[in-house]
Amino acid sequence: MPVVAKKVEMQHLAWRAGFGETLPVITEWEKRRRKEIVNKVLIGPKRAELESVDVINATDLPDYKRFRDMTEEQKKTVREMNTQGIKDLNVAWLNMMEKSEHPLREKMSLFWHGHFACRTQDVLYNQQLISVIRENALGNFGDLLSAVSKSTAMLQFLNNQQNRKQHPNENFAREVMELFTMGRGHYSETDIKEAARAFTGWGFDDNGTFVFREKQHDDGEKVLLGKRGNYNGDDVLKILLDQRQTAIYITTKIFRYFVDDTPDQALIESLSDKFYQSGYEIKTLMQEIFMSDWFYDSKYIGNRIKSPVELLIGIRRTIPMAFEQEELMIAFQRILGQVLFYPPNVAGWPGGRAWIDSSSLMFRLRIPQVILYSQVLNIRPKEIAPEMGDGGNYKMTLQINDFLKRQFAKKVNARINWDPYIQGYSDIPRENLADEIAGVLLQQPGNIKKALLEKYADTGSREGYIKTVTIDVMSTPEYQLC
Amino acid sequence: MYILNRRRFLQVGSLASAAMMMPKFLKAFESGALVPPGNKVLVIIQLSGGNDGLNTIIPYRNDIYYRSRPVLGIKRETALSLNDELGIHPSLDGLKSLYDEGSMAILNNVGYPNPDRSHFRSMDIWHSASQSNEFWNDGWIGRYLDAQCNGCDKPTQALEIDDTLSLALKGDHNKGLALTDPGRLSNTSNDKYFKDLLQQHAHEDEHHNVEYLYKTMAETISSAAYIQQQFKTYQSKENYPATELGRNLRTIANLVMSDINTKVYYVSHGSFDTHVNQQDQQARLFKQLSEALTVFTGDLKKNNRFQDVAVMTFSEFGRRVSQNASGGTDHGTANNMFLISGGLKKQGILNEGPDLMNLKDGDLQYKVDFKSVYATLLNKWLSADDQQILKQHYEKMDFI
Repeated sequence: MPVVAKKVEMQHLAWRAGFGETLPVITEWEKRRRKEIVNKVLIGPKRAELESVDVINATDLPDYKRFRDMTEEQKKTVREMNTQGIKDLNVAWLNMMEKSEHPLREKMSLFWHGHFACRTQDVLYNQQLISVIRENALGNFGDLLSAVSKSTAMLQFLNNQQNRKQHPNENFAREVMELFTMGRGHYSETDIKEAARAFTGWGFDDNGTFVFREKQHDDGEKVLLGKRGNYNGDDVLKILLDQRQTAIYITTKIFRYFVDDTPDQALIESLSDKFYQSGYEIKTLMQEIFMSDWFYDSKYIGNRIKSPVELLIGIRRTIPMAFEQEELMIAFQRILGQVLFYPPNVAGWPGGRAWIDSSSLMFRLRIPQVILYSQVLNIRPKEIAPEMGDGGNYKMTLQINDFLKRQFAKKVNARINWDPYIQGYSDIPRENLADEIAGVLLQQPGNIKKALLEKYADTGSREGYIKTVTIDVMSTPEYQLC
Repeated sequence: MYILNRRRFLQVGSLASAAMMMPKFLKAFESGALVPPGNKVLVIIQLSGGNDGLNTIIPYRNDIYYRSRPVLGIKRETALSLNDELGIHPSLDGLKSLYDEGSMAILNNVGYPNPDRSHFRSMDIWHSASQSNEFWNDGWIGRYLDAQCNGCDKPTQALEIDDTLSLALKGDHNKGLALTDPGRLSNTSNDKYFKDLLQQHAHEDEHHNVEYLYKTMAETISSAAYIQQQFKTYQSKENYPATELGRNLRTIANLVMSDINTKVYYVSHGSFDTHVNQQDQQARLFKQLSEALTVFTGDLKKNNRFQDVAVMTFSEFGRRVSQNASGGTDHGTANNMFLISGGLKKQGILNEGPDLMNLKDGDLQYKVDFKSVYATLLNKWLSADDQQILKQHYEKMDFI
């Protein structure tokens, strides 16, 4: 296995377990042992409590029980609060990812956000869901699975509110098995039917709180994956966790997300064994990955295509900036194909090469210039169709479409704080600057020749030089990878 | 004319490094005629948002239709007659003319088993051509590219006239290209820095994703130059309407009339999500559709290309049979599709109109799986292996 430099190793860890780190941080990490840094990454800063990304209090929204009796005017107010709330939640979480001192938690949450893909137009439901995901992101998978399955957002999205003894609705049971735990091909249609019966009665009340509606629950005997009993929803989740296949399925997905698009069967087998033995402790699994020598194999380094959110956060963590209109970040997400709280379907974002086509790649390459030189945004993302249904909100989508239309052909205005970034290079002699910048921004710096960077650099001042070289390095295909 | 343009492209647009990376790709531009005579082209118009099929092709002899839609129902005397049973929306007068002259076929009751009433999910199903309980990450046109031109590197075979690319055009190995304006695409990709980046990246990298990104970048830059070059060779003299669809169809016409190798064009029109005040919105969108298609087909006819171009329209679902309380309709299921071409083997109304006696939960039941339409177009029009692309056998139809 080709050995890579310690610095590259630490940068690799910083990107895979987070959104990249700056030169001073990497320099600091380089001096320590791998184990120390991995533990630091896993645990986060001492005594750091989970900071919420909440944007709204339940009490700020009118009583949902009264929704039917509301006047048109009141309904409109509720809709507007939801609309604005979801945009605020998107921006608040992005800011958290950018500023977090425990980036792995946000990175892991982003992973689970795609795994437990869900769409709801209710800001409170979204907020509840992201909060249980972030609380359990590095905890126990069983706890996470249970919390997500009992969230109002998911019960609503997968129609379990309509899952009743007399008329079972299988949608929820199907997705829990197909997408959340075992994956296709490891259970039968009968298993889904039986699981659906067990989930009858799981629902939520007008306040968006989980309720077990006993009268609607089918307490009869069920046969699930070869086991027999008068199962309820909790029993089903337990039975699913008992299946080794669940550990394999989750480990494979984590491997693809944190290591490589192509799963290595031998590694997955050993990782999933340990994951299963640990009783599904996510932190244990991640520690196993980040501590392994194979994780730092050069074939894995710099070969993963950043998701749009990772790309945007990576740039913003490197160079702090404040946008005149933070909602612009939603336009960027739309153009690039990953809008938080808006996964394409229940299967989440496919990831990998699916992020890249001609238009998305050209836009990715232009982002650093567009933002850092305040250029005009001349790409119009596709409109999204308003979704109706429970808690649906027609106007909200129209508003977002309208906002994006208005952004078209406008300059991107942000206050860029270059100082800390430039300061990070203060010890680097002028002749080494280009190589150092490429070295810290790219996992495969050798591909971008110094001569090319020199050719396009502003050589008038040291500051100008650092800025232009940085922007040019960020505008390369290599920067799309980590 | 064509040879000259192609030479000029090779002189102006070729890139040393791209040539090294993609010998086959550039060879494609050098080898003989790119568009052999009779070369078939498919134009897909997506009516986004779920168009109300019942008010598009109107069952004006049906009492249930009028009972379900006391306000929204389109009166028999207003609808343009197609036959004794069915009429077409009055704003689609241009399509009515195409129908009369034998250049249009109408398919009724198109849909798929276990329909999903969510826009994004149903659109996914139409784009990917999956079953409704499957989640595919690639689209049917994308897989057409995978099947037809894997390794032949002709990245301009499918173009979407838009700023971003739809799932339909994303294959596993090959993807279509999205552009709204050939000039803008070529300006954007013409950045000197990007070209220099490509130039210095000559070596094969051990990391397959680096190569994938450079290949995509090189293809985009070369394709942008090629499209721009071809685009200039023909400028339509027709008076296209000053609507978005009008502009987009003009762009398509210019490219169809040039010697570009594009087989599939994709464009969206809408939104047809008419929960409220459906009448005005649908009429406005239909007028735009009708006017743009009238000029477009006229343009093709004058240039002797109408025989070789087929236009297909679709929407992710139809609407409910009954109108709702706000003068609109909610999400439904089966719907109709238009097929427009000078080369149709069967024209007119291809199958029976909607069966309003046999609704399911107030919705129409589909009779034709849309994947059969795809299979027909892929196999009979584009000469592609429909079974490989759709991953299943579907009955083919006889409209072409």
